[in-house]
Amino acid sequence: MRPAIRFASIGLALAALAYAAAPSATAADAVDPVADAKAFKKYFTDKFPKVKLEDFVNGPYSMDEGLHQQWQEKEQFPPYEFSLELGKEMFSKPFKNGKSYGDCFPNKGIGIRQNYPYFDEKEGKVITLELALNRCREANGEPPFSYVKDEMAALTAYMAFTSRGKPFDIKIPNDPRALAAYENGKEYFYTRRGQLNFSCATCHVQSPGERIRAEVLAPALGILNAMPIYRSEWSGMGTTSRRFTSCNSQIRGVPFSPQDDEYRNVEYYLSFVSNGLPISGPGARP
Amino acid sequence: MTGKNNGFALPRRVILQGVASVALLGLGKIAFGAAPAFAANDKYPDEAFKQKSSDDAIKLLYGKTAEKSDKIKLDAPEIAENGAVVPIAVSSTLSDVTAIAFLVAENPNALVAAYKIPAGTMPSVANRIKMARTSNVIVVVEAGGKLYSTSKEVKVTVGGCGG
Amino acid sequence: MASTIRVRATSSGETTEVQALIQHPMDSGFIKDAKGETIPPHFIQQLTFEYDGKVVFAADWGGGVSKDPYVKFAFKGGKKGDDLKVSWVDSKGKTDTTTAKIL
Repeated sequence: MRPAIRFASIGLALAALAYAAAPSATAADAVDPVADAKAFKKYFTDKFPKVKLEDFVNGPYSMDEGLHQQWQEKEQFPPYEFSLELGKEMFSKPFKNGKSYGDCFPNKGIGIRQNYPYFDEKEGKVITLELALNRCREANGEPPFSYVKDEMAALTAYMAFTSRGKPFDIKIPNDPRALAAYENGKEYFYTRRGQLNFSCATCHVQSPGERIRAEVLAPALGILNAMPIYRSEWSGMGTTSRRFTSCNSQIRGVPFSPQDDEYRNVEYYLSFVSNGLPISGPGARP
Repeated sequence: MTGKNNGFALPRRVILQGVASVALLGLGKIAFGAAPAFAANDKYPDEAFKQKSSDDAIKLLYGKTAEKSDKIKLDAPEIAENGAVVPIAVSSTLSDVTAIAFLVAENPNALVAAYKIPAGTMPSVANRIKMARTSNVIVVVEAGGKLYSTSKEVKVTVGGCGG
Repeated sequence: MASTIRVRATSSGETTEVQALIQHPMDSGFIKDAKGETIPPHFIQQLTFEYDGKVVFAADWGGGVSKDPYVKFAFKGGKKGDDLKVSWVDSKGKTDTTTAKIL
């Protein structure tokens, strides 16, 4: 571990905020997710005093008036409509064995997206919605889908849609492994990598609302609430997995495989610090 | 071509029925007699869509040139979020509007869309278009047999022709 | 197969507002794929909306219309519960048609 990487300036700033907001934190290296989440939100609401907390889930559209108008126009008949319909159809269609996706999830899979990812204490790992969907398929004798788009995007689009407006409710159980997964995800988020030497935070904490080349950067707060997204840049849908891997490629790093531990943990961290913000997916993005 | 094309005279489109022989009203000086590209209906103005220049496309489409009008309201973003999907809306206070067309001067082919507005349909259209690069978006409105236009520059930072 | 056409037609009494979204690649013929080969043109050329046996809106489109094209217009009249027929034909001669109820 290179200390210079861990102590990126933003990480320090946030850490300072976290400690300020959490008088109960005793040791300098104590992990306090609740204080993290509070400081994370405070950072963004201080930086963008005009943006309402729940509007951060609209990504770059919450940051720029011109973009906001184009988004409103698109939302009249959103480009994710076809994917959403496909997802709904797939979700209700039984597998060859007669069971269906609903049988793998609490409440038949309806209105539960805000609880993912969760920490599975039996397995000792973070379980994302995409992972749970493919495990559901495999448990029922069906081949898994690609994690990045198409069917997986359609299924998660439908599940997000049934949870729209419900606040992210990610839990960290009293299990040191859960805390370690969270901490690992946080570390991943603030660690610089790739030839451009960017961390996730370089763009999405330090510079949201600013342009990187032609695109307006989305704030990290609420960024996963809108998943999956139809990106005009992709001319199609993409999942959280697609977002992580393509971000890593764009900074000229080598992406992990979708649903590798690092991505699961960073999704856990990023979702937790957005707790309380509403699910807005499926979303549309430039 | 009558100046007052009130739309009731417009041929009914019969795309899926394959019935031929309707007149080609409303299409200006497009050559008559050419074989229809598909099932018989209003002929698709293939040549107009192949033109590089917006002036040529407008001429082929309507057989005349357009004059500037401030009675056309063009809603387009200052900066397109992505050239692949640029929302553009148009409405007009001109009377007897029979057609509205959208062109992008800097696209490889300027003409993007040409709409026919029968009588009883509002002179107002919204659609999403591709823009290869920063360009003037030109809107042409045919009203009372005359042609009017307006334009607005839309900046494109991510082109819509790169995939 | 599900229809490629989604229509929302809403009557306000006086007028009917129509929005349509169509699933179509709208390949312009100017784009190359990952292998550097040009993707041949394939786009919707004509789209019509018929109400009560009469064309209320007709589009001629080129490859410059966005993928999964969207269009919005409005016409006078149109009653709740009535049918609105939508059809398209593309540059390969493929067609689709659907009938939507005005809400």
